Amino acid sequence: MDFETHDYDVLVIGAGGAGLRAAIEASAAGVQVGLICKSLLGKAHTVMAEGGVAAALANVDDRDSWKVHFADTMRGGQYVNNWRMAELHAKEAPDRVRELEAWGAVFDRTADGRILQRNFGGHRYPRLAHVGDRTGLELIRTLQDEGVHRGIDVHMEFTVVSLLATDGRASGVVGYERERGRFKVFGASAVILATGGAGRAYKITSNSWEGTGDGHSLAYHAGAELLDMEFIQFHPTGMIWPPSVQGILVTEGVRGEGGILLNRDGRRFMFDDIPDAYRKQTADNEDEGWRYTQGDKNARRPPELLTRDHVARCIMREVRDGRGSPHGGVFLDIAWIKKRLANGEEHIRRKLPSMYHQFKELADIDITKEPMEVGPTTHYIMGGVRVDGDTQMSSVQGLFAAGECAAGINGANRLGGNSLSDLLVFGKRAGEHAAAFAREHRRVSIDTAAARAAADRALKPFEAGPGGGENPYAIQSALQEMMQALVGIVRNEDDMQRALQGLTALRTRVERAVVTGHREYNPGWHTSIDLGHLLTVSEAITRSAIERKESRGGHFREDFPEKDPRFAMFNVVTAKASDGSMQVRRVPLPAMPAELKQIIEDQK
Amino acid sequence: MPTATFKVWRTDEKGGAFRDYSVAIVPGMVVLDAVHQIQATEAPDLAVRWNCKAGKCGSCSAEINGSPRLMCMTRLNSLPLDEPVTVEPMRAFPPIKDLVTDVSWNYRVKQSIKPFAAKKPDASDGTWRMRQADIDRVQEFRKCIECFLCQDVCHILRDHKMHDRFIGPRFLTYAAALEMNPIDAGDRLDDLKNHHGIGYCNITRCCTKVCPEHITITENAIIPLKERVVDRFYDPITRLLRVFRS
Ligand SMILES: Cc1cc2nc3c(=O)[nH]c(=O)nc-3n(C[C@H](O)[C@H](O)[C@H](O)COP(=O)(O)OP(=O)(O)OC[C@H]3O[C@@H](n4cnc5c(N)ncnc54)[C@H](O)[C@@H]3O)c2cc1C
Ligand code: SF4
Ligand code: SF4
Ligand code: FES
Repeated sequence: MDFETHDYDVLVIGAGGAGLRAAIEASAAGVQVGLICKSLLGKAHTVMAEGGVAAALANVDDRDSWKVHFADTMRGGQYVNNWRMAELHAKEAPDRVRELEAWGAVFDRTADGRILQRNFGGHRYPRLAHVGDRTGLELIRTLQDEGVHRGIDVHMEFTVVSLLATDGRASGVVGYERERGRFKVFGASAVILATGGAGRAYKITSNSWEGTGDGHSLAYHAGAELLDMEFIQFHPTGMIWPPSVQGILVTEGVRGEGGILLNRDGRRFMFDDIPDAYRKQTADNEDEGWRYTQGDKNARRPPELLTRDHVARCIMREVRDGRGSPHGGVFLDIAWIKKRLANGEEHIRRKLPSMYHQFKELADIDITKEPMEVGPTTHYIMGGVRVDGDTQMSSVQGLFAAGECAAGINGANRLGGNSLSDLLVFGKRAGEHAAAFAREHRRVSIDTAAARAAADRALKPFEAGPGGGENPYAIQSALQEMMQALVGIVRNEDDMQRALQGLTALRTRVERAVVTGHREYNPGWHTSIDLGHLLTVSEAITRSAIERKESRGGHFREDFPEKDPRFAMFNVVTAKASDGSMQVRRVPLPAMPAELKQIIEDQK
Repeated sequence: MPTATFKVWRTDEKGGAFRDYSVAIVPGMVVLDAVHQIQATEAPDLAVRWNCKAGKCGSCSAEINGSPRLMCMTRLNSLPLDEPVTVEPMRAFPPIKDLVTDVSWNYRVKQSIKPFAAKKPDASDGTWRMRQADIDRVQEFRKCIECFLCQDVCHILRDHKMHDRFIGPRFLTYAAALEMNPIDAGDRLDDLKNHHGIGYCNITRCCTKVCPEHITITENAIIPLKERVVDRFYDPITRLLRVFRS
């Protein structure tokens, strides 16, 4: 097989917020940049982000600063975050947001004409710059429109199947273009992974078909380390009814605007369990909570705006104890604010237009009149490629990662809004450092034998003999059901050991997957390729979750339901051993400088 | 379980034809669910684009029972199920396979429009002040999810195939968003008239009717742009003033 080849100084895999921001920066540094994505440009997952981008602009509350944002992020992540990333993120996010405005983004405004910011869970002050509830669209469109005028080569509907490395140095990728089904090789001096998340490992998820953990898996197989893979964010409010919309996200912005959670009996159950770390900052009565959402600086936040891990577990508790809504969730009510606001209906429609639209069209529910039914949905993976906090380079030389597929900034739980800012801050850094790396290091040649082997592997499902194998869709849903049941929101050792056995069995089934039709634009074939990535990330999640014998953030174990201070001292790292098996190990957290410790103390 | 019949456009080397599939109906189902069900059971190679399944990404555009819609936002209970539901690709774009079309022309058109160029910051902190009331309209246009359904339905593109002379409603809206942005310093009126074919639009309003984001493309974007073009190029007083100024 001869490959069509392309060569770049910097090759970016992924055109979500992180990939686009990285490509813009690398191109601004004057190197040749190629950008690859699985879907059309502008359709990446980032387009779906709703609530906003977190940055301590202090436009709405001038008590905000990078220090408070830093402390909030560390507290939200339960202190196992990479403190250096949390620091850089808090310091640089405001500039990254203002820069978007200079590129044409049009954020909602304060009365004095500056960028408006809204409340979100775990953020002490109103911090999320937003555009109604379609912030991700604004962000991706701005970056896309800026990017296309900078001479970046975009290869759309192209799927990378393998990352090539020679002697611990990234050399390029091999993949196929969907339209014709042809394989191509891309050589590059530096490769940036910006492939997003892995929610598709679970049955109920807010993630699109693209979220199959490709970057995690590509990096792992190329020899890079993964970090914190046990930390998955189950967002508390996904749609649960009707079945066809299960998992679709209901933005936290609903609660930010005053929405409340109620159980079957109409009880506002979030007041029943407020964690000690947040007690001082949380309202103890309904009136105070309401005033907070309306901008009263002396009020404390309502318990609905506690961190996502906690809210998700409270919902699970209500459902488990028989106090759930008819379809196995709880009620989220924003319509009640009409009692407090004269123009409540219009206010809801203006602040939450796409939620209004989504419920009206998909569930026949008018959220200005009735409560929504919601339940947890797999939303975000805090774990990812282990990178250097300043440069975003992984343990493989010349391989960088940014955005959701990189790990560190979020620790055990991500605060809402901290992803979009993460994409901008670390996308930029990755672009800058990858360009510098490409300038300083010559390209290494591509191992064509490895490229050919990867292509052959990807084509195998076409070769099934008579009698054939299994439909890849069936295997995919078996995997998703298993991960949901055994490595979901509530975990224990026995279940997870069973999941490991289940993954071994699934691997055998994947070997026998068969696809019909030809190579051109064949989604069945694509699904068979995704399966390999899903198996890798699922195994990494499960093994890391077994290793962490405590509960922290997004990781909750019923056999170890408490936080354990000994586990606050390390991260779990996953890597491929020389025999090809997956190994996990504990890596001590680096010591935090005294001044950052002091900031955290001051903000307690 | 009740079922419905779907006639889905399938292509092969020879061309294309509708093929019948029987689909089991689940509460709340949308057309995209039906297509996914067909993929997962009978036709794993059925080509379709989608991403968000919530009307936010604009990937799943198709013609359902002949009208341009997003598959993920078309509920089965809004369609008559006693007769087959037809699902076919957008017809104004070259076919690739099954429900997937070649929309690359749109990306090229966008690149031909003068990009946003910010004015000097007007606040001492190096940023801009904008009143919400002044950006409401721009935000309406920026809701666009680039589904290209309006492009699909516009007769100038669909029937008259004037892709080389007319940028279509999506990009007139895009140009309007730039022109009406209070901090943009660019000027696109000359291009709109001479290269982007704004004059061809005869305000049939078909684009506005199909826009899933409910953007009032004609009244809010195209007509005001046309007025600006007329003011600049045809209004004798303005023209005279321009002669004096230059
Ligand atoms: C419904 C929803 C709402 C959200 N709301 C918010 C919010 O309000 N605020 C916030 O901060 N965060 C929010 N998030 C989270 C946030 O949107 C994501 O974490 C973030 O957008 C991820 O961006 P990214 O650039 O890392 O990757 P993505 O945007 O996921 O992009 C990944 C890119 O990689 C490409 N890719 C992947 N694999 C391959 C491959 N093998 N070959 C080639 N290309 C590949 C894809 O095609 C895509 O272009 C939300 C998420 C969801 C699902
Ligand atoms: S109003 Fe103009 S742009 Fe819209 S469909 Fe009619 S002719 Fe096309
Ligand atoms: S203007 Fe409306 S119909 Fe046209 S591309 Fe945008 S969202 Fe789609
Ligand atoms: S899948 Fe995104 S709009 Fe339909």
